Formats: sequence, structure tokens, C-alpha cells
Amino acid sequence: MTDPALSPAKVLIVDDEPNILLSLQFLMKKAGYAVRTAKDGEEALAEIAREMPDIVLLDVMMPKLDGFSVCQRIKSDPALAGVRVVMLTARGRDVEREKGLSLGADDYITKPFSTKDAIDRVATLLARPVKPA
Amino acid sequence: MLSAPVVLIVSLLYLGLLFAIASYGDRRADAGRSIIATPYVYALSIAVYCTSWTFFGSVGRAVSSGVGFLPIYLGPTLTFVLGWIVVRKLIRICKANRITSIADFIASRYGKSVSLGMLVSVIAVVGILPYISLQLKAISTSFSILIAYPDIRMPAHSSGVAAWQATELYITLALAAFAILFGTRHIDASERHEGMVAAIAFESLVKLVAFLAVGLFVTFSVFNGFGDIFTRASSSEALSRLFTIDGVAGYTSWVTLTILSMAAIVVLPRQFQVLVIENVDKRHVQQAMWMLPLYLLLINIFVLPIALGGLLLFPDGKVDPDTFVLTIAMQQGAPVLALVAFIGGLSAATGMIIVETVALATMVSNDLVMPLLLRIGPRNLTERKDLTGLLIAIRRGTILLVLLLGYVYANTVGESYALVTIGLVSFVAALQFAPAILAGLYWKGATRVGALSALLGGFLIWIYTLLLPSFSRSGWIAASFAENGPWGLVLLKPYALLGLEGLDPISHATIWTMIINVGLLVGVSLFTLPSVIERGQAVRFVDVFKQAAGSGREWHGRAGVAELKALMARFLGEPRAEAALVRLEQEINGPIDRQGLANSATVSFVERQLAGAIGAASARIMMASVLREEMHDIDEVTRILDEASQLVLYSRRLEEKSRELEATSQELRGANEQLKELDKLKDDFMATVSHEIRTPLTSIRSFSEILRDNPDLGEQERQEFVTIIVQESERLSRLINDILDLAKMEAGTTEWQIAEHPLGPIVERAVAATSGLLTHRPDIEMSVDVSAALPPAMVDPDRLIQVVVNLVSNAVKFCDKAHGRVSIVARARDGWLEVDVSDNGVGISAEDIEKIFERFQQAGNTLTDKPQGTGLGLPISRQILQRFDGTLSVVSELGRGSTFTFRIPAVKASIAAHDREVGAVT
Repeated sequence: MTDPALSPAKVLIVDDEPNILLSLQFLMKKAGYAVRTAKDGEEALAEIAREMPDIVLLDVMMPKLDGFSVCQRIKSDPALAGVRVVMLTARGRDVEREKGLSLGADDYITKPFSTKDAIDRVATLLARPVKPA
Repeated sequence: MLSAPVVLIVSLLYLGLLFAIASYGDRRADAGRSIIATPYVYALSIAVYCTSWTFFGSVGRAVSSGVGFLPIYLGPTLTFVLGWIVVRKLIRICKANRITSIADFIASRYGKSVSLGMLVSVIAVVGILPYISLQLKAISTSFSILIAYPDIRMPAHSSGVAAWQATELYITLALAAFAILFGTRHIDASERHEGMVAAIAFESLVKLVAFLAVGLFVTFSVFNGFGDIFTRASSSEALSRLFTIDGVAGYTSWVTLTILSMAAIVVLPRQFQVLVIENVDKRHVQQAMWMLPLYLLLINIFVLPIALGGLLLFPDGKVDPDTFVLTIAMQQGAPVLALVAFIGGLSAATGMIIVETVALATMVSNDLVMPLLLRIGPRNLTERKDLTGLLIAIRRGTILLVLLLGYVYANTVGESYALVTIGLVSFVAALQFAPAILAGLYWKGATRVGALSALLGGFLIWIYTLLLPSFSRSGWIAASFAENGPWGLVLLKPYALLGLEGLDPISHATIWTMIINVGLLVGVSLFTLPSVIERGQAVRFVDVFKQAAGSGREWHGRAGVAELKALMARFLGEPRAEAALVRLEQEINGPIDRQGLANSATVSFVERQLAGAIGAASARIMMASVLREEMHDIDEVTRILDEASQLVLYSRRLEEKSRELEATSQELRGANEQLKELDKLKDDFMATVSHEIRTPLTSIRSFSEILRDNPDLGEQERQEFVTIIVQESERLSRLINDILDLAKMEAGTTEWQIAEHPLGPIVERAVAATSGLLTHRPDIEMSVDVSAALPPAMVDPDRLIQVVVNLVSNAVKFCDKAHGRVSIVARARDGWLEVDVSDNGVGISAEDIEKIFERFQQAGNTLTDKPQGTGLGLPISRQILQRFDGTLSVVSELGRGSTFTFRIPAVKASIAAHDREVGAVT
């Protein structure tokens, strides 16, 4: 729907690991998105409230408020229906994946990830209409 | 008119009628439609208690002692009103154990004792002889008086007249034949004789009707009612004394007679037969409870009127009062009534003789002859095919013998007594059974030896105080024996033993026999131990209402069903044996394999059937021979005790084992819980490790790919990304090292180089190693205070350095961001070496304090800026210190910083040396 050429899609990256944040920021900027970052769940919710992103890349294990809670907040808020959520997890267990998807996450990326794969997934999600809540 | 042939024919016709009734009863019983299964027949059959002694003798006793005749009938009434519970229990036990006689009962109760059974049989036969002779005497006397009609002649002393003796002998033989016909037609396992009972009940009716007829005739035809007789009698001084009881002796006599007859209604062999053995339905006891007393009342109503009437009619005393029932009718010219009275008397006598001899025959064959034959008889006896014939022969012989002995007694001893007294002699003999029976019913402690000595003692006293004096009177032994005691020893006078004088012989004998009997029973029982089988039988008898129909003592030998059936057939005949097995099949609701091995239920059943035919003691011997079970008492007892004690031991072990198992399973449950907990912890640990490893890997991979895919990156950016890759690689290495370190320590595979080392240099080396950290934080002020000459400790110096470095790098990491302060203090105190590492950082909240020592846990609020640590530093440090017997603790306050302190024990000898050096302690 969103044509990056017209108005770049807004991406919010949330992770407590500064280096991971940095690498994702680099990749998304290069893909032509408008990128913002947050270091924990609370900061992420504040950023979302400030300006609604098109997609959130959300780490699971973070201090203060974990990724699952943030995902739940986004998906239960009708005003944020247009926000896609991609969970990032370093645990890689099936239960975690199931939990994220059951909370309404749109996709799921396991760390460490292939950068190409991460870019493709984000692009695919952005190209597709938001699935109904 | 009443010539001898006429009387004989009438008598024979009457006996023929009785026999017809008996046959009918037997046929009906065989067809399964009993005619005696009513309480009326039962009560009437018990009235066999009233013999010719009652019929003729009550009047005689009333004449000699007035109301003194009453206790004989009061006793049974009391037994039925007060003692029916005892009777009921007796019946229940006998049915459950297929008891066939009183001897069988006592033998069975006291351990199926053969000797007891024999003793009881002997006592019964000897004790009852006088009673039987009494019946014979009554029949012959009444017969000879009746045929003299219209003259009234008392028979001359029979001993002198040969013809007279012959008549009496014929009567005896006829009665024997009759008793044999009634009682020994076949051998039945239950030893019940329905036809006989029916005939006896009929006889009871006949004698009652005859007596009432005479009574009514005397009272209302000869005189003008009761009032008339009593008025006339009381006007005579001699007669009025009959209405009162005089003196202590009189009351004693009353009491002893009441007791005697209370017992007699149950323990006389014939009473036991009709009351217990022939009982069809134990509910009949309840009805008999009032019917029998009513019968006794009816048959006694006219005793005093007839006695008084007789005395008034025959004032000269030439007519024996024992014959008044007969002679009043004759004197009044009423031959038909006289004949009726004779038939009544005959009825009472034959009834008694038939039942008594049948009961005695059962007893003698089952408990006396068979055990003797089985023990000392020809060896092949237990092998013989058919013993039914032998049994029947023994019984027939017994009946004949008993009656002939009775005949002899009647013609020798009997002459010297009145009817009633002879009967009472037998009552006292039968009373000897009462203590053993009562104790058998209610006292488990009564033993075989106790019962044996009680019966023997009581019987010997009976012989001495009643039988020998009667021989003395009849001239068999010197008359002085009864008068002055043997060899003139006054204390041994049989009627005044040990100076007990002033009592009639019956009361005297009753008191002495009971003292000896009961005394021995209680005394000896208390001092003897029952055998195992006795104890078993005691429980079966005393607790009969508490247990299901008896299983009895288990047999240990083995036998086939076919063998057991053959054994039964030898005593019962083939058809009855087969019928018994069919009955058992019905009882257990299943077929019995005729060719198979008998189980214990079948063995017990067969033993009961045999016990029914030949008595418990004989049955036991027969069973033992078939089961090839030796009956060495001591062996048996030892074996049973062995088994029992082994069982106790076994069950105790079992209990112990189950307790152990319980404890073990408790432990296992606990261990399982712990394992589950550990499993969960392991899962968590693995997830955490996975997360911790993947995190640096993610950065390394991402930046590597970025560098690969973006060759046009600026030099500065490239440099920055490469640095990140290097840093994250280092982090990964540290992490893997720490994880391996911790795993090794926990698994106990770490190699430790523990030796005595002074602490000061170690701390200094560690601090030096951390100085590199300070290059990025020039603001941090670090102070080190190590006491001079710290004592040494047993440590691995490299590991201890690792601890100090961990703590110091943590302090550097978490101290105040702008003006960091870290201080290290090492000192010795109370035998311990203590090192504090403090910072002035944000501190740790109380809820986080314990968590920080767990793996991969770092206090939450410090993580905004991700520390470089692996999250394993503190757990590793704690493990290392534990290895040195030391501890690691932390004191912290939010906003003021934290102090980590570790303590390790100083080496003692060195402490002493150190103390001397610094002079700190004296």
C-alpha cells in the first residue's frame, strides 16, 4: 500500500541491545524507511503514541516492559490497527513463537537472522494490507 | 374281666398303634413332609420328662412329703422361663456341630476328647440304670395289680417268685424289641428320629389324658370337688402336714430338688435327645417355653387330690400310695378307667424307655464302643467296606444290654426304694453333666482335664453317696456301710459325709457332688492349659452366635473326594453318602469333582456328616486315618505354633517393609518434585544460555553481512562496525568461558590448586588486573586498604583473583556515573579473612539482592545501559568461595551504593603466629 517513494514507511525498532539496534537501524534506513528506535518497552509505547509507525520490530526480552506486553497493547488498541508487529527473539523456542503469534504478531524473526531475510519480511509485510485484528 | 391276656392284648394293640404312628412319621419325613415340625409336637415330646415316675410316683411322693413333689415340675418350668437362652444356644451349637448326644457334646466341646466321651457314656449308662429299672418296675407292678381285679393286692416281693421274674423279663425283652424297632431302623447322619418323636408326642397326650381322667374321676365322682377333698383332709391331723414344708432340711430339699430338675429337663440323655437333637426348628423353643410348663401344670393339678383321696379311701396304709392312680379306680369298681390308667402309665414308661435307650445307644456306640474299636480293635476296621451294619448291631446290643441291666437293678436294688427316690438317684447322676455343659457354653477357660476331673470326681461321689448305700440296703454289701460308714469311720458315712448331717440322701449327695464337681472343674481348668484343638472348639462353642456356620479346624492331610465318599458310605450307606454330597453341592452352588482332591470345605463337611453318625471323636479318628494325618498332639501343637509365630514374624516384616516402602515412595515423590524443579531450572537455563549466546551472535552476523553487502561504506563506519564485531566476539568468548567454568565447578571437575597463600599479595594482584577498566572511567576514585601482614589462607590464588576481579569490575560498572568511587578493604577478624568491595552506585533493591547471585540475573534498574558482564560473575564467585569454605554476601542501600564482602577462614597456626607478631591478643 505504502509506496516508499511517495512517503517512506515508518519503522520503529525496539531492542535493549544497542548493537542490534544499530544494525537494524542501518538496514532499514538503507531500505528507504523512516526509522526510529527505542531501548525498552516503555520507550516503545511512548514513541508509538508520539507518532504511529507502520511497522514495529519488537525484541521480546527487554527490561521494564517485555515485547509480548508491548505487542498485546498494540494489538488490543483499535486506534493502532494499522501497525504491523514483527517479533524478534533470541530464544527460538516454538512456545515463544506460538505465544507471539497468538498475541497477534504479524511475523516472527529469530536471532541471529539473515539481514536479507529481515529486509524481505519487512517489505512483504508492508506491501500487504494490515490483517484485521 | 381284666385278665392277663386282655390286658396284654390291649397293651400290645396300644404299642402297635404307637409303632404305626412312628412308621407314618418316618415315611412322611422321608417324603420331606414332616409331621413333627410344629411347636406342639416339640413341646409334647419334651414331656417325655413325665415318666411312669410322674404318673404313679408323684402321688406317692405327695403322700410321703406333701408339696415336696412340686419342685420336680417347678424346675423345668424355671428352666424354660429363665433359661431358654441357654437352651437356644445349646441347640444352635449342636446343630452347627452335628452333635448326636450329650456325650458327643461334652467330648466335642473339650477338644473332641475320646476319653471324655467314654466317661460321659459310662456315667450316663450307670446313672440312668436306676431310672430305667424304675420304669420296668412300674409297668410290672401296675400290670400285676391290674390283673388281680377286682381284688386289690400289692405284689409280693418279686425276688422270691420265679414266675414273677419271668413276666418282668418278658416285658423287658418286649420293650427292648420295641425300642430297637423305633430307634435303630437306620443310621442317619443327623441322628434324628421323626417317627419316634411323633410317637412320643402321642404318648405324652395319652398319659396326660389318662391322668386327668383319673383325677377328674377322683375329684368329682368319688368326692365332691377340690373343696370337699381338702376339707376332709385338713380335718385329719396326719394329712394336713402334707400342705406345709417343715424345717431347714425341708427347704434344703426343696431347693436341691428344684435345681436337680432344672438341670434334668436338659441334661438327662433322653431330654437332651428330644430337646436338642430332635429339635426341628429352634424357634419352637419359644413356644415350648410356655407349652411345657402348661403341660406340667395340667399333669400336676390332680396329684394332691388323688393322694388325699387315696389316703382317705385306704386309711389302713396297706395300699402303696405309688399305686393310688390305679387302685382308686379299681376300688371304685371302674375297670375301664383302671385300664386307661394302666395304659397311661405304660405310655409314660415306654416313652421314657424308648427315648432313653435310643439316646444311650447312640452315645455308647458313638462315644464308647466305636472309639474303642477304632483304637484297640482289629487293624482292618478302618478299612472295612461297610460299617453301617456294625453300628446298628452295636446300638441294638446296647439297648438290649441297658434294659437287661435295668431289669437286674430292679430285681436287686430297686426293691428298697420308692419310685421317686430311684428317679432322683438318676437325676443326681445326670446333674454331673451340667457344670461341664454350662462351662462349655460360657467359659472358654474350661479345659478338657478340668471337665474330665469334674465328671470323674462328681461321679465317684455319686457312687459313694447314692449307689453304694443302695447296694448296702439291698444286702449286696454290709448294711453297716450305710449305717456307720466303712470300717466304722463316722466321717465317711455315705449319707453324712464329713459330718454333713440332717439332710435327706438326695440333697446330701447333690450338695457333695456339686462341690466336688464344680470345684474340680474350675480349679483344674485354671491350672491346666487347653490344647490348640480345645481352644478352637471352645471358641466355636462359646462364640457360636458370633460366627458363621462352622468351618472348624482345618485338616492338613489330603484325600480324594472318592475316598471321603467311600468313608461316608461305610457308615451311612451309598445312597445317603451320595445324597450328602449332592446337598453339599447345593450348599456351595457348584459341582464337586468326584474324582478330584477334596478341598477343606468338603473335608469339614464329611467330618460333620460322620460326626452325625458316629460322634465327633470317632469321626476325627476316621478322618485322620483317611487323610493320613497323624494326631500326635504335641507335634501338631508345635507345628501350629510354629506356623503361627512364623506368620506373626512374616506379617511384622511385611509391615516393616511397607513402612519402608511408604518412606521410600515419600522420598521418591520429593525427589521427583525436585527433579521437576531442576528440569524446569535446566530448561530455563538453556533458554537463557541460548539467549545470551544468540545476542552477540546476532550483532556479529548482522554487521558481517552489512560489511559484505555494502562495499561502499565510509571508512569510519566500517571501522565502527568491525569494532562492534570484535567486541561482541570477545563477549561471546567470555560468556562461553564462564558457562564452561560454572558447569565444571558444579560438576566438580574443576582442577583446584589449593595451597596456603598469604591474602595481601593476591588482593593486590587482582586490583592491578582491573586497572585497565579505569582507562575508560578516569572519574573513578579507587582506594585499596590491605592490612599489613594478613594471615595466609588455603586457596587457589588464580581463582581468588578471579573473584576479586569480578567484584571490582562490577563495582566499576555500577558506581556513580559522574564521580565513581570504588574501595577495596582487606582485613583479618576472628579467625576469618574479610575483603570488602564497595561502590557508590545506585545500590540494589531488597527484592533483587538474592537474585543477583543467580545465573544471568542482573539487577533490573542497572540495565538501561547494557553492562558488559555475562551475568555469571557472581554465581561463579560464590562457587569459588564455597570451595574455600568461605562466603559471599552483600549489603546495599538504594542510592548509596553496595558493599560486597567475602570471608574465608584464616589458617589457624598462622593466626597464632600473627597474633604473637602484632601483639593484638594476649
